[in-house]
Formats: sequence, C-alpha cells, structure tokens
Amino acid sequence: MTRVYISRDMASVALGADDVARAFADAGCDVVRTGSHGLFTIEPLVEVDTPQGRIAFGPVGPGDVAAVLDGSHAGRLGDLAALPFFARQQRFTFARCGVIDPLSLNDYEAHGGWKGLDAARAMPPAAVVEAVKASGLRGRGGAGFPTGIKWQTVLDARDDTKFIVCNADEGDSGTFADRMLMEGDPCCLIEGMAIAGHAVGAGHGYIYIRSEYPFAVETMRAAIERSAARIAPFTLEVRVGAGAYVCGEETALLDSIEGKRGQVRAKPPLPALKGLFGKPTVINNVLSLAAVPFILAAGAEAYAAVGFGRSRGTMPVQLAGNVRNGGLFEVGFGITLGELVNEIGGGTGSGRPVRAVQVGGPLGAYFPPSMFHLPFDYEAFAQAGGLIGHAGITVFDDSVDMAHMARFAMEFCAAESCGKCTPCRIGSTRGVEVIDRIIAARADDSRPAEPALPGRLAATLYSRAPGRIDRSLDGQTELLRDLCDTMKFGSLCALGGFTPYPVLSALDHFPEDFGAPAPIAEAAE
Amino acid sequence: MAFNRERDHGTPPAIVTGKTVTLTVDGQPVTVPEGTSIMRATSLMGGAIPKLCATDNVESFGSCRLCLVEVEGRNGYPASCTTPVGEGMVVHTQTERLKKLRRGVMELYISDHPLDCLTCAANGDCELQDQAGAVGLRDVRYGYDGATNMGQEKDVSNPYFDFDPSKCIVCSRCVRACDEVQGTFALTIENMGFKSKVSPSQGDSFLDSECVSCGACVQACPTASLIEKKVVEIGTPDRAVVTTCAYCGVGCTFRAEMRGEELVRMVPWKDGKANHGHSCVKGRFAWGYAQHRDRILNPMIRASVEEPWREVSWEVAIAHTASEFQRIQAKYGVRSIGGITSSRCTNEETYLVQKLIRQGFGNNNVDTCARVCHSPTGYGLNTTLGTSAGTQDFDSVTQADVILVIGANPTDAHPVFGSRMKQRLREGARLIVVDPRRIDLVRSAHVKADHHLALRPGTNVVILTALAHVIVTEGLANEAFIRARCDWDEYQHWAEFVSQRERSPEATEALTGVKADEVRAAARLYATGGNAAIYYGLGVTEHSQGSSAVIAIANLAMATGNMGREGVGVNPLRGQNNVQGSCDMGSFPHEFPGYRHVSIDAVRQSFEKAWGVTLDPEPGLRINNMLDAATDGVFKGLFVQGEDILQSDPNTHHVAAGLAAMECVVVQDLFLNETANYAHIFLPGSTFLEKDGTFTNAERRIQLVRQVMTPLNGYADWEVVQLVANAMGLDWSYTHPAEIMDEIAALTPTFAGVSFDKLDEKGSLQWPANDAAPDGTPTMHVDQFVRGKGKFVVTDYVPTDEKTGPRFPLLLTTGRILSQYNVGAQTRRTGNVAWHAEDVLEIHPTDAENRGIADGHWVSLRSRAGETTLRAKVTDRVAPGVVYTTFHHPDTQANVITTDFSDWATNCPEFKVTAVQVALSNGSSEWQQRYAEQARMSRRIETVEAAE
Repeated sequence: MTRVYISRDMASVALGADDVARAFADAGCDVVRTGSHGLFTIEPLVEVDTPQGRIAFGPVGPGDVAAVLDGSHAGRLGDLAALPFFARQQRFTFARCGVIDPLSLNDYEAHGGWKGLDAARAMPPAAVVEAVKASGLRGRGGAGFPTGIKWQTVLDARDDTKFIVCNADEGDSGTFADRMLMEGDPCCLIEGMAIAGHAVGAGHGYIYIRSEYPFAVETMRAAIERSAARIAPFTLEVRVGAGAYVCGEETALLDSIEGKRGQVRAKPPLPALKGLFGKPTVINNVLSLAAVPFILAAGAEAYAAVGFGRSRGTMPVQLAGNVRNGGLFEVGFGITLGELVNEIGGGTGSGRPVRAVQVGGPLGAYFPPSMFHLPFDYEAFAQAGGLIGHAGITVFDDSVDMAHMARFAMEFCAAESCGKCTPCRIGSTRGVEVIDRIIAARADDSRPAEPALPGRLAATLYSRAPGRIDRSLDGQTELLRDLCDTMKFGSLCALGGFTPYPVLSALDHFPEDFGAPAPIAEAAE
Repeated sequence: MAFNRERDHGTPPAIVTGKTVTLTVDGQPVTVPEGTSIMRATSLMGGAIPKLCATDNVESFGSCRLCLVEVEGRNGYPASCTTPVGEGMVVHTQTERLKKLRRGVMELYISDHPLDCLTCAANGDCELQDQAGAVGLRDVRYGYDGATNMGQEKDVSNPYFDFDPSKCIVCSRCVRACDEVQGTFALTIENMGFKSKVSPSQGDSFLDSECVSCGACVQACPTASLIEKKVVEIGTPDRAVVTTCAYCGVGCTFRAEMRGEELVRMVPWKDGKANHGHSCVKGRFAWGYAQHRDRILNPMIRASVEEPWREVSWEVAIAHTASEFQRIQAKYGVRSIGGITSSRCTNEETYLVQKLIRQGFGNNNVDTCARVCHSPTGYGLNTTLGTSAGTQDFDSVTQADVILVIGANPTDAHPVFGSRMKQRLREGARLIVVDPRRIDLVRSAHVKADHHLALRPGTNVVILTALAHVIVTEGLANEAFIRARCDWDEYQHWAEFVSQRERSPEATEALTGVKADEVRAAARLYATGGNAAIYYGLGVTEHSQGSSAVIAIANLAMATGNMGREGVGVNPLRGQNNVQGSCDMGSFPHEFPGYRHVSIDAVRQSFEKAWGVTLDPEPGLRINNMLDAATDGVFKGLFVQGEDILQSDPNTHHVAAGLAAMECVVVQDLFLNETANYAHIFLPGSTFLEKDGTFTNAERRIQLVRQVMTPLNGYADWEVVQLVANAMGLDWSYTHPAEIMDEIAALTPTFAGVSFDKLDEKGSLQWPANDAAPDGTPTMHVDQFVRGKGKFVVTDYVPTDEKTGPRFPLLLTTGRILSQYNVGAQTRRTGNVAWHAEDVLEIHPTDAENRGIADGHWVSLRSRAGETTLRAKVTDRVAPGVVYTTFHHPDTQANVITTDFSDWATNCPEFKVTAVQVALSNGSSEWQQRYAEQARMSRRIETVEAAE
C-alpha cells in the first residue's frame, strides 16, 4: 500500500485537499494527513512515500491520483526541501510542520519532540529562564519584549497559583503562522507551554484561540487530550474567543478568559504580577512559546547564533496579499524586506509593479520599494517608523490608493475599538471622517470652503459655526496628523496607539494620494 | 456655609503597608504611602492633574487619557491614575507635549458632546466643563456633522434621576461605582467602540433593571448624563451641611446640599465613618416626605376620636395636653399615664421624653419601639458580655474571614452596610446564611453563600445550639480564650449541655429542616475559618425565644474566641436610625440612661439630685403592659412621640382596644398615622432636616444631626417636649440640644466624654467615650468583657406556643424591603412607591398550586388573631410551608395577623412566627373595609372659616 501525505491545514482544505485525500484513500492509498509546508501555490500538495524519500506533487486535483502514483503528473516537485522557497529557510519552529501527523505522539517524538521539555525538567526553573534569556527570544506577538525577562518576573512573583496563557487570537489580516503551527504541530506549542509552566512554577495553562480558527481549536483540544499524561502534572485547556480583534491585546484577552467583556486593562499592574484572575501570569504569543522547545533541546546558543542585531533567532514571516508566492517563510532575522518581497515572494501576483507593502498586520506601516533595503529587525523597522509585529507582510501593486488604505486603517480601528479609551473610541471614527474630507477635497481642491453663515451669527456661534471648520486639504491634513499624534501617544493599548502607523506612513511615503505633491525622488533615501 | 465640592483625589488610598515613597512632582518633593498613584500624590500636595474617568471611591481605570504625565527616564506618557509612585521619581504634570495631548483628547470628547452648557442642569457642576477649561480647549476642528451619539432618547423612568446618553462620555464611572461600591452589577457598557453606551441590565430602562437606586452612579457621573431630577428642577446647590440620615441604624452621613432653605439633594459624605461616601435609595433620595402635603403643621385636638380634628394654637394644645395628663393623674393615680419615646428622634429628644415621664409624670412608664425589635439584644448581650450593644464597628467587616448572617437581610434593610459586606465577600470572605428565606446574599452577582441553612421559622435556638454542639464535640472550641476570658465552670456546664446527643445536628434535623451535614460544615467553617463575625437582625430577636437566641449567639462567639478584635464579634443590625440611642437614653421602664436599673439607689439619687425630685424606684410598664392596663381600665393617658404603635406592634386588634380605652392619647408625629386615629391631641412633629441633635447608630456611633431648614411646624420636637414639661410645672430652660447632651454626659458614665463640640471636631464618637476612652470605643471587650468574665448561659429550646395545625398549616414570617421603611409613613410618601406599591405575600409554588393560587391573585391571610388580604407572589425564595410578607402598608395591616406571643425575657413580640392559612380571595377583608372607613372618618379635619 502506498503511503501519501496530504495536508489537513485549513488553507489546504480551502484549496481542495479533502477531496484529494478522499480520492487517494478510495484508490487504496494509506493517506496521512499532515500540516502544511506553507507554500500555498503548490497546495493541494501530495507527497508520496518512496524508498528515496518523499516525492512531492502539487497542486493536485482529485482526478490526478493515477498520474501522481505513476509519477507522470505535471506538477512533480520532487524533494520539497530542494525547492528554493524551502531551501532558503531556517526552520527552528516549523521544522515538523507539514512533515508529521499533528496528532501522532509517535511522529512528534520521532521528530525530536519532548526533548526540550525533558531537558527543561532536568534543570532548576531558574536555569530554564536563564536559557530563554540567553537565546535572545523576544515576544513574537509584536511587542518584541524579551521573553526570558517576562518569565523571570513571573518566576520571582511569590504566589501559589500562577498561569501560562497562550495568545492564539491571531487577528491580523495577512497572518497565519499561529494557525499553521496549531494545526500542523500542536504538540510543539503544548511542549513550549509545559516548559514555561516548569520555568515559572505554573500548574495550568490556557490557549486562547479565535473562533475563526475551528480547525486549530479542534486540533489543539485533541492534542492536549493525547499529550495530557506526557505533560502532567501541568494541565492545559483551550478557550475560544468571540470575534473581537481587541481580545488579541493581552489584557483584554485575560478579561475575556475571566468571562468579562474583553476590554483593555491599564498597566501597571503587569500581567506578569497580576494577570489572569489576579495571579502572576506568563502571557506569550504562540510563536514565542513554540520557539522554546528548540531552545531547550538544541541550546540557547544554537538559537541565538542566528539573527541580526538584538533580534535573535528566526521569524516565521508570512507573505500575503498581492504576492506570487504566498506562504510561510521561517528565516533568521536580517534578511531584507526587498529579498522577502521580490526574491522569496516573487513580486506581485498580478504581475504589476509593487507599490507598497504593509508589514505587521493592519496596524503596521506601509513601506514603498525605496525602503526595501531595510533588514528584518525590530530596531531597524522601529527606526524607519514601522514595526515587525507578527511578521505578516501584505503586498500591494501600483493600483492601490493609499488614501483609501489610510482610511481603512481608521475604519478597522473604529470597528474593533473596545471603546475604553477616548483617543481610540472617538478618534478612529473622526479619523475616517477626516480622511473622507481629504479624499473629497483632493478630487476637487479648487472647491471653495462651504459658505459661512452671515457674519454676526457666525461670530456668535463661534466654534459651532460650520464655516469655522477648515475643510481645505492643508487644514484637514494637519488635523489628521494631530489626531494621529493624540492616538499614538494617548491611547491605552496598541490598537489605538498603532493605527497611526499605516495612516502616517501612507501620508509620508505617498503624499500624492492625499492631494499633496509627490516626494522628490532624491529625497527617498 | 459655602458650597464646596468634596475634594476628589482621583484614586483611592493605597493599601497600608507602612512604607512611604518620596518623589518630585513639578519640582516639589512629596512623600506619600507606597502604592499611591501619581495622581493622588499630586492631589495630596495640592495639585490637580486633569482627569475625567478617575474618582477616588473606585479603582483607577485609565480610560480618559487626560491625566497623562511625563516621568523622567520613562518612555511615553503614563496615565497618572494607574501609575504608582516610585522612590526618586521625577514627574512633570504640565509640559507643551502634555498640553497638546490633553487638548487633542478633549477636542475629541467635545466633538461628540452637546454644546448646551448654559441650559444644562449640570452647568457649573460639570467636570467635563471644568476640564475643557483646564486644558485650554478653544476650538473643535472636527465640526459637528460627523457621527454622533447625541440625540438619543433620555431614560426618565427612575423616580429620582434621569439618564441622558447624549451627554455620556463613557468614562464608566457609573458602571464601576455600581460594581465596586454598591456591588449590584446592574450597569454595563453595551456595544463597542464609538457606539459604547451605558446600559442598565443590558438594555432595560433604569426602573425595570436590577438597579437598586443607591445613587452611586449619579454621584459618580462627571457630567449631566446621570443627574438628580431635583437638580434639573431646582438648579445647582449653593451650600452644603453635613448631617445624619434618619432611616436605618447604619447611620450614613450626608451632605444636605441646599439652595436657600430648599433641599436640592442629599449626597453621601465621603468622610462618613459609617458609610464612607455610599448611600441607599432611602437616604439618598426618599426625603420628599419632609415637604409632603400630608404633613400636619398645626396642633389639633378633639374631645373624642369620633369627632373631626380641630386646629388650635400651640399654646392651646400644650396647655390642653398638660391639663389632661394632670386631670387623669388626679383621678386615676400617678401611674395611670405614660409615654413612648421615639427611635426616630434624636438622643436629646428621647432623653427629654423619658425625663418628662420620670420627673414630670412621676413614674417609670416609659417604653420605646426597641421593645418590638432589639430588646432581646439588650438583654442577651448585657447578660453574657455586660453591654447592651454590638461589639464592633462596621469597618470591622473588612477584616472578617467568615461572615455568619442570621435573621438579617442586610442588602434590603441595611443596604449600605450590605454593600460593605458584599465587598468583603467578593474579596474572598466565606459566608453562612441562616434564614428561612433565600435572601439576596445567598446568591447574587459575585456573591454566593457557602452554606444556606434554610431553617423552619422559630428554630433559631435549635440551630445555634446544634452549631455549638459541633464546635464543642469536634474539639473546635478555643479553650485558651475561654480559660482566659470567660468563666470556666459556666463554660463547662454549657459545653456539657450542648454536647448532649439530642442537641446534635442529626437529632434536630427533623425539627429545623436543615440537613445535618450542612450544619456541621457551617459550624466547622465558623470555628476554623479565621476571623468569624456574626451579624444578626430581627429574625433572631422577634421570637418567643429571642433573648435565648441572642445569648446562644454570644455563646458561639465566646466559645470560638471571636471577640475583642477587628473582624469578629457579635453585631446586631439595628433597625432604626436611633434605636441604639433611644435605648441608651433610658427609654425602658426599668432603666435610666446608660442601662442602669431604676432600683439602684446611687444611680437614682444622682438623677434625683440633678432633677430636684424624688424618683420612683419601681420599674414602670412596658408598651404591652400599658395596653393591657388600659383595657383593664387603670391606664388612661399616653404620650407617643414618633412611633406608630397601631401599625407596628403585633396583634392590631389588641393595640386598638387598648388605645380606645384611654382618655387622652397624645400623638406627636409628622403625619396623621394609624395610632392618631385613636388620639385626642395631635402635636405636629419636625423632621431630621429641621433640628439639631445626635443619632447613635448600630455601631454605637454618636453623630450630629444638623438643622438645614426652619421647622415647618414651628418647633423642633425637643422644644415641644420642653413646652409640655414646663406646662406641667417643670422648669426646663434648654436653649439648644447641646445643653441636653451636656446633661446626659454629666449623668451617664459611658457618655461622659461626649459633647457637641467634640462631635464637631471628631466627626463622631463611639460610646463608651469618657476619660478611659477619650476617642470612643470602636471595638468592645478588647482585653476583658465589660462584665468581667464572659458568661456562658445554657439556652434550652422551648418551642413557641404558636404552632401549625390543620386550621393554620403555614408559618408566616415578616420582613422589610429595600425601597420601603418600616410602617412606610415616610417612604410611602416618596417616589419609592414606584418599586413597592403594596405588600405582597410570598408563597412557595407547591403551596400556591395546592390552593389554586397564581402570581398576582388576591389571597386572604388568616391567623387565629385576624385576617387580611393581599396579592400573592409565587416564588421559591421561601421554602414549602413558609409564607412571607412585609408590613409597610396600612392597607394590608400585616400585624392584624401576628399574635401577642412574645419573648420570655423582654416581651419582644413574636413577629417572625405566626401560624396561618392562605386561600384565594376576591377582595379586602371585613376588617380592612371597616378599618379603612374608620381611618377616613378619624382623619377628618374641621375646616375653620376665615382662619386668622
């Protein structure tokens, strides 16, 4: 009986992987459902087990069974690892994803699973925390805070009850690494959380998964059940979100787990000291926790050896939007933005020139190709007025209207604002209105301001007189910048605080879309 | 007194650790307790960082973003409300960056706020307005044609305040006040982002929601979004006077905020030691009775109760009162008249009434309404501990680890203390409730009793003894405490008694209806859960064994060592604003002020010396004895100040017969109450707003009552008593209640250190306040019991004679509800009728179904004493076999049903147990109809033509 490997990842299934798997099973093959390797142009992907190793074909349709089995299929890719997209990767975290049956503990163990946990449990907790510190691992959710220092705070907190919380509320458009890992290698996350539990003295963990990820919820729950004995006495459970983006903010997430309205908490107190149910809590992103087993198994040095500047280790970059090779690309920090977009991503899917890329989800900055020399590094991006975030890169071609993209950022913030702090609650709605005025004014900048009320009445009404509002492009653009300043520095959390990134970067790099002169070419550097 | 808002430091005080931190704010060094917020530290040094969402009675929230500051060495602009101070921190509260940010935030606020300041009810009393000025906002560049939350419908459903969502700035102060201060969790924010909106019970109107109208949200609101209807109607106040609430025994202090002589609103006083800035619907809002058109403002007399009333001058009324009493005493003897002091009046007034009786009437025929509520407390605690009062202050509950509530319903009857208790329970204290009914504490938002012992009414003593049985037989008693503080022999005698097998939870399960293992678990929790405090109410005292139950409670506390420190003790929740005070002031026929027996020569001589008369060494008559004597024809005259004995005392028929047999009943009250139907002289009373004096609350706290307006009837009550006394030949010359207190202090050792000046200075004093305790006594029995050794007393169970049988198979128990107060004379004359317009009968679904009764049906309620009708409310809050009603409405007259059984020691009536039958009915009972007609006839006032 021929064994074939076909992904059960949600993206693969969306492309027809279930039908393909059924066709192979009907043909008498032993079908092993795996996670996805992460390159979606070749999904549904079928790998056939041969004495020479796995031979990949893709994309494959349900009618292609015979052609794949006799090796004549036109989509024959051979050894996947040899493809440039995979050959250039450094897979520390995603090493098993796409390779193993995610729910097979045997597969997991056979591919190096539990080594990290066993190593950690052989060490005193403080030594585990030291190892994570030494690895240079920083929070992969976006903030980039050193994970080991966070763990140290929780370890030092004196309390009988502590928690590990995994933030799997992956809400950024264009990101999917958390989901792929949970669907393709759930035990890696479980192992990472068990190590964290040992390191800080926590007995129970929660994985908070957004409701839009039903496959991940199901896979995680099944994997937790199967691995319960292996990670005992540490215990885990899955909590499912209810559709609010803001619950990806760590304190709103904690409120949501507690059964409250998901609203951002003021810090301090830090969750590390007063987190879930008021107890010391490690709250980390999926990718941060999933990086930990490698660090403990291979050593902090092995992880820290890769990277750039203060950004150590690898980052699973997600290429999305108008890009030819969409998918997950795990690589050490330092690769340039241009390499990622043009070489790895292969430029736009439409074949038109790239005009802008947004890095770090809907709250990330837009960069023009003139900034493609930027190395993928927390500090370099911050210096350039942007952020790495969860490492989602969304590509746009030259048909994009950046004023509309700025408007979308404000609209997104308005839709997802929890409503607690004023800059975000009111500012995002006002932001949409101001950009609408700019869009209206840029179309017809010669339009005179609305007629003012007759003099005396206007003077009396003062601030309420419609004529007092400066609707000119300059006036509204200045107001937009002031609003972004208020939101960036005044907001309680990153939702309101980061919304200005896409708005201001669009305004700075693409002023011509806002009715202002285009930047002079020389000034681009 | 000018009107100043109370200073708001923005965030609550830090949890006391004893450590301090020194930092620099705007160049000035300031030292504050560790954990203090930057905002509070700045406020304490006299500064004021702009703020909107912060207020110092709720935890910081950090949402408005106006209070941002710069801290040297830190990135960004931390919110000063959520950022604690650090040693050596250098803070700048006003910089160019901060000014710009604050203006930007304020510009956003005002872009979604109506600009109708001049016609807004909060004009001049609005934090949004103040802060817009403080940050220098001059323009709103967003215009007013964008999205808006303005123009939403107002919710005017609550009788006392309006909610205008258009003016809401979504600071969540109301939501947090409801959660953290009141503990009702009635408010939430619905929707998200720009559409966020304050919502009572998720979309109900305020009136239909779970809101209990405590007013905390209105107080918390920084704008006119939640505002008192009175402020809308009158305008903002121009002066404020701190005074004490005249409703329940919690003794909340309020700022009476006035415009001229018109009361605009009552706002709970943050410095109030009993309420710490919180209030309930009664004290906060239900004071409209003071101006109600039913109030009688002129004295009236009549020759017989069949006649209509005739208005007369004060001179005529006083002279008539004196001459009638003198005539009766001449004809029937010195002891043929007496009086009732009022627990609603001040200490000074109560003192004067008992003085009038002892000095002027020449007998000891004085009693008070405590007879019908907490007289067993006085007896029981005096016997075991040596004082007739609770052992703790209210703040003590914040240190309690286990709270045992028995026969009390704090969230309804003592709501402000109920909220404090719930705060402590939410912090993790454990709760045991002993009550036949599922009171709110058993299960409400974020509060759940660990054990609810739903006993059969009348079995308190059994269950308390069973708890003691478990504690003693399982070796959980605190022997070290008992040996050190109590009489060991008496303890052993008691321990032997409670250890008898027939006292065990198992043996008494059938009697109490409570599962034995629940009793055992509760006993273990009480004895071993840390600081354990008992709170009890009339569900303990108003029984034939009320005094025994109080003693049993004291036994439990002593046996477990839960006495003499914070967080423990025995705490009677007293019903009326000054019921503690009226008892302290010598309102009982056997006791002088300070609980000293009239037969003690030295005590009596001190009063004789001060008053210049010889005093009767024989105890006088209790209320029920007076009524009995009246029907026997030997008691003929009664002076009743501020109590409606006809409605509030048991067995209404018996009370009515007693009153009808008297020749002169003088009633002094605000209204023509039910007792006045049998009165011959009516002397108008004054409200607590119209007089000076003191009230003493349930924690023995003496607090000042301050006059805020001229008495509408012309005299404060103490002045009226003085007029009567002088008309009877006494020579009183008090010019102010302070002089009366001086006399009390001079004659009463426990009050020796009390004076109005000292109260003014300290805010309040808990007696004993004397040379030994100059600042008063928050916790009693600290080093030893007042009586010396604590006394264990055996409490054998004697079942009440009131038993169920075929004719009366159900047990009726009675109680109170949040929005109404006792006989309702006040609350029925306020907007509170919106919540409880009539008394209803709670009946279990099984009992209802057996009788064909559905929710809202008219039912007759019948006992061997009488019959009344009311509507049924079918609910499983009561157990099968038990029915429950309130006694707030004279139309129902629940006390027509209750019997004249009473406590063996004090004659406190057995209100809480009456055997009854319930049946479907089609209208009011014959008694109700007859009574309604009689009351109508009796309340006629003769109209005098062209009255001068």
